[in-house]
Amino acid sequence: MLKIADHQFSSRLLTGTGKFSTPRTMLEAIECSGSELVTMAMKRLDLKSGSDDILQPLLSSGVKLLPNTSGARNAKEAIFAAELAREILDTSWIKLEIHPDPKYLMPDPIETLAAAKILCDKGFIVLPYVHADPVLCRRLEEVGCAAVMPLGSPIGSNQGLVTETFLKMIIEQARVPVIVDAGIGAPSQATRAMELGADAVLVNTAIASSRDPVAMGRCFASAVQTGREAYLAGLGQVNSVASETSPLTGFLND
Amino acid sequence: MSFLTYLQGISRDKLKLALYSATSGDVERALNSPEGDLNSLLALLSPAAEPYIEQMAQQSVRLTRQRFGANIGMFLPLYLSNLCANECDYCGFSMSNKLKRKTLTGPELDAEMAVIKKLGYDSILLVSGEHETKVGIDYFKQVLPQVKHQFSYLAMEVQPLAEDEYSELVGLGLDAVMIYQETYNPQTYAEHHIRGKKKDFAYRLDTPERVAKAGVDKIGLGVLLGLDDWRLDALLLGHHLAYLESKYWRSRYSVSLPRLRPCTGGIAPKAELTDKGLVQLICAFRLFNQQLDISLSTREAPQLRDNLFPLGITHLSAGSSTQPGGYVNPDTQLDQFEISDERTPAQVSHAMKRRGLNPVWKDWESAWVAG
Repeated sequence: MLKIADHQFSSRLLTGTGKFSTPRTMLEAIECSGSELVTMAMKRLDLKSGSDDILQPLLSSGVKLLPNTSGARNAKEAIFAAELAREILDTSWIKLEIHPDPKYLMPDPIETLAAAKILCDKGFIVLPYVHADPVLCRRLEEVGCAAVMPLGSPIGSNQGLVTETFLKMIIEQARVPVIVDAGIGAPSQATRAMELGADAVLVNTAIASSRDPVAMGRCFASAVQTGREAYLAGLGQVNSVASETSPLTGFLND
Repeated sequence: MSFLTYLQGISRDKLKLALYSATSGDVERALNSPEGDLNSLLALLSPAAEPYIEQMAQQSVRLTRQRFGANIGMFLPLYLSNLCANECDYCGFSMSNKLKRKTLTGPELDAEMAVIKKLGYDSILLVSGEHETKVGIDYFKQVLPQVKHQFSYLAMEVQPLAEDEYSELVGLGLDAVMIYQETYNPQTYAEHHIRGKKKDFAYRLDTPERVAKAGVDKIGLGVLLGLDDWRLDALLLGHHLAYLESKYWRSRYSVSLPRLRPCTGGIAPKAELTDKGLVQLICAFRLFNQQLDISLSTREAPQLRDNLFPLGITHLSAGSSTQPGGYVNPDTQLDQFEISDERTPAQVSHAMKRRGLNPVWKDWESAWVAG
């Protein structure tokens, strides 16, 4: 079971709600993925009409909603979005996303840390989306974040685990769940993230932009499970040891 | 969760069983694992790893050179006092031992430092017995500025202090604190610490956390090898280190691996650690933690020390005296324990260079970060 804050999830696959061709496809894909924690952007909620063709069906499906602050360009905007989410959706869970850069949508580490501290102090369950920066992840953990969400590669790029070296460091050091977010483009990449010891992955574009999102949701479900089982079983090691010829411990025989 | 709670959550029996039932497969997996973890440490400390010591040594040398180059930091202990309010059956400073007690005065300290500076040292380890009232925080506050004036790097190995006391000392130039748990077995600990504040196992165990919270640059951990099962004690030392590194990740860490030595009124080792075991221990810690400082004292014999230098050691002392005032007036009346390597720093330095190692006498300048 994946435990984040005081909540347990049997699925380690988190999904998103963007980019699907229809709300119906989105719902079916999420259902087939088995995901129990689904993120959606606060900026997409229709606050004026009070109803939404994504939100209402999602709430009815029983998944836990993880509102995100996507679109926020600084800490102030993200905090406002989080407070809005708590008010409207009656949840303290927030995926903190701050990316002022419109080209690569790189998360802003300075604003993210500042916002995370304030939101944690206000009692939010904060899951920050960040670059795969091991020091930043430790600092976010220190201010009280319930998980960290380092990127595998640029958001929506489907490039996979470009940051693998740094993800390994984050996973090794973290004392909160590590959820690899952004860039996972294929089930095999999700498996790899889980084999490394990630606690969960978040996948959106790879499912939504596939030819058959519903089938792809299923594929990711089994890929994540396989990766997790492989991690628990313990991967066999690549042998890097050469046999040396001049003994260093010969003196022990003297 | 404190480390005490963590330690209480571990079943010693189960851990010992796992340690002694590790297989060659476990050891081979650990040897092939790119990152050390506690499972690997367990395998490498187990009896099953004994046939692999040469392989461990080869890897240990490679990792040490990769991380530290050929450099080995040189430091010297300066004994401030042999006063002690504890009764520990393995230590020459024990309060009931009839030996001449001494605490250095300001001028005596200056004289000691002058001798040490002449030997070439710039990194000092201040050591004292544990006597809170006579050699306590007020004395340390007096002494530290005097020492920091002469030495770039200042470490201390004294009784456990409170967090705010460590903070005060950081302000006066304290760079490192060595606080050895002696053994992680509370029962054995109670048997050997008969009287005095040192009896408080939990307070001592929590000390590295107070040191870390006070912002001390480096924290030294250690066990006195021979008090209890050295494999299990070393494994629990690894657990302590991993716990601290995870929680206090801004600190640097070192371990010291002293074997129980003969001393006035002292006991014989209960669980003897052989030279082979010591090599296994050094290499296991290097493979477990590649950035760890591992220091070697003059307790070991010259020839063995020469062979150990390259295997994973990063810091060592040479020409040590273990008595207050011993650099100016060497005699053996006030010693904490007997040393085995009595060579001068120049002789040890020469032996290191012959093995391609570079003794580093100065490695820190606090003026760079003062502000």
